[in-house]
Amino acid sequence: MAETTNGALLDVRDLAVEFDSRGGAPARALRGIDLSIARGEIRGLVGESGSGKTVTSTCVMGLLPTPPARITAGEVLFKGRNLLALSAEERRRVRGREIAMVFQEPSRYLNPAFRIGTQITEMLELHLGMRKAEAFTRATELARLVGLGGERKVLASYPHELSGGMKQRAMIAMAICCNPSLLIADEPTTALDVTLQLQILRLILRLRESFGMGILFISHDLRLVRIVADSVSVIYAGKIIESAPREELFRSPLHPYTRLLLLSIPAARNRGARLRVIPGRVPDAQAVPAGCAFHPRCPLAEELCARVMPESREHGLGHAAGGHAIACHFVEKKWPD
Amino acid sequence: MAGLIEIRDMSKRHYQRGLLSRAQGGVLAVDRVSFSIEKGSVFGLVGESGCGKTTLARALLFLDPPTSGEVLFDGTRLGGLSLRELRERRRRMQIVFQDPNSALDPKMRVRDSMEEGLRNLRVPKLERERRVRKLLELVGIPSEHASGYPHEFSGGQKQRIVVARALTMDPEFLVLDEPVSNLDVSIQAQIVNLLLDLKQELSLTYLFISHDLHLVAFLSDGIGVMYQGRLVELAPTGEIMARPVHPYTLKLFASVPGFAEGASGAEGASGAEGAGPAPGKDSPAARGCPYFASCARGDLACTRVEPRLIDIGGGHMVACIKEIASADADLAHSLEGGKR
Repeated sequence: MAETTNGALLDVRDLAVEFDSRGGAPARALRGIDLSIARGEIRGLVGESGSGKTVTSTCVMGLLPTPPARITAGEVLFKGRNLLALSAEERRRVRGREIAMVFQEPSRYLNPAFRIGTQITEMLELHLGMRKAEAFTRATELARLVGLGGERKVLASYPHELSGGMKQRAMIAMAICCNPSLLIADEPTTALDVTLQLQILRLILRLRESFGMGILFISHDLRLVRIVADSVSVIYAGKIIESAPREELFRSPLHPYTRLLLLSIPAARNRGARLRVIPGRVPDAQAVPAGCAFHPRCPLAEELCARVMPESREHGLGHAAGGHAIACHFVEKKWPD
Repeated sequence: MAGLIEIRDMSKRHYQRGLLSRAQGGVLAVDRVSFSIEKGSVFGLVGESGCGKTTLARALLFLDPPTSGEVLFDGTRLGGLSLRELRERRRRMQIVFQDPNSALDPKMRVRDSMEEGLRNLRVPKLERERRVRKLLELVGIPSEHASGYPHEFSGGQKQRIVVARALTMDPEFLVLDEPVSNLDVSIQAQIVNLLLDLKQELSLTYLFISHDLHLVAFLSDGIGVMYQGRLVELAPTGEIMARPVHPYTLKLFASVPGFAEGASGAEGASGAEGAGPAPGKDSPAARGCPYFASCARGDLACTRVEPRLIDIGGGHMVACIKEIASADADLAHSLEGGKR
């Protein structure tokens, strides 16, 4: 499924973003991340809040407010073009049409004053130059496609008249209306009830199937990522610390952070036990520890970890090769009890 | 055995403001719910948002007294108490909310927030300070931070403080309403462990409300499943995980990846969109089963007969007339088998 990096749909290379903060040190939100998505691939991006997930997605979308943000290094190659080098006007043409985004809280991104149908047809008229009638027909098709029943009623509704799940579907319809080749889904199910989550995930899988779009699926929930993603990248304090095909990552996670994160998830079969806990908390972007950012919380850490930032390296080339990269000095080290 | 908390046929009806709303009947947010929580155990309450979990919790604490039915705390009927007596009972029952940001007054120092309840009980200053110090240490906040304001703490720390504050009253029973939903995975684990430790150390009893089924199953001894204000299934955790029975429970469990093996292959989440009609609207169908509209198993009888919670064995209670009919058939079958 995965193509070579050259043929990647999206290739983020060494992207670094800082936020200026008055007085204090700049917040280093991204400290050089690498992330690639092939056509038709779903890439999961997992991390805790403040780890840089959303900065990554807004940067790819070109929605990062500069200032206060500053892109200090790296490039965002989309179909081989560096998006960061485009003019604002060129950027706008890519956004929404070729790269689209679905957000966590649909109610914040749907305009409450306009009917759903109007908001979808507006996209079609603007980006694809469709006429009203044509756009409306297409909007009806899209509504059916995302499971809104293709009913006129939904298109004629205002956002507040729809349930959370329906709003998220409407938002997905808007996102895919120009048939983008890259869809960014930033915590698309976090605000939804459990029974709806899986439905939205299925919808996302179906869209990939029908349109072959690449999808960046951002979530803090490893369980959800495990369902949809083909490959997973784990981000910690603005750096990708582990990246692997899904099966590989969940079967044999190698970075201590990933391992602990997976162990800290409660499961019914461990009832009565205590959860494995990662001590401390995610570092502040203004005070990222030197060396490996995870070292103060890591059970494997040695003196080297506090000094030298580990490079991301491919692991296990011998067997089941396929891009399992880890940024850790002590991948082979035995795990203490 | 009588539980620490006994709820009998408790209902809570919400009325809208206005003269006529009472005549219109209001909305039945909690509908004749009965269950009990054993001392020292954890009872988990699950269900989608809007199903009445929080309303139930507030009603049982008499923060919003129930419209009808009874709540017994340690054998005493809360409904029959004077305000003063109720206050004394309420001291022993505390609640921790989802969002620590709105639970803590941003303009009050942590110490003052924590001492407020004790001050109302006229606990002397030295004793108050001693207790606050001890509790902060217990939840893992260095007590020298007690003079800080909430914004100086992280989300996880704030939730620790809220838990510590609930403990200043020396309660026996804690309602935990989505206490970790706003927290990051690694912080969630820390708070969950803290809650487990506190329960052990202070012999507490919990009502744990969450939409995270994995977490509820991990923590709880028994689980109740709510749908539109009613308890549709209730069983010991191991039992309900292995053998979920109510069609709604099956759907709920199946919609959570990697949850109950017993629920896989059920109708699953592919069913109808949304949660069906709004909770407790007194439509004609309200007399029958509230889940009828979305249920694959239902027939006409379901719209007429009120399903009541019935024990199908081992404390496994289900409110589904179809299930009960088939359980009866099973029983008859096994009895016949025994005869031979």
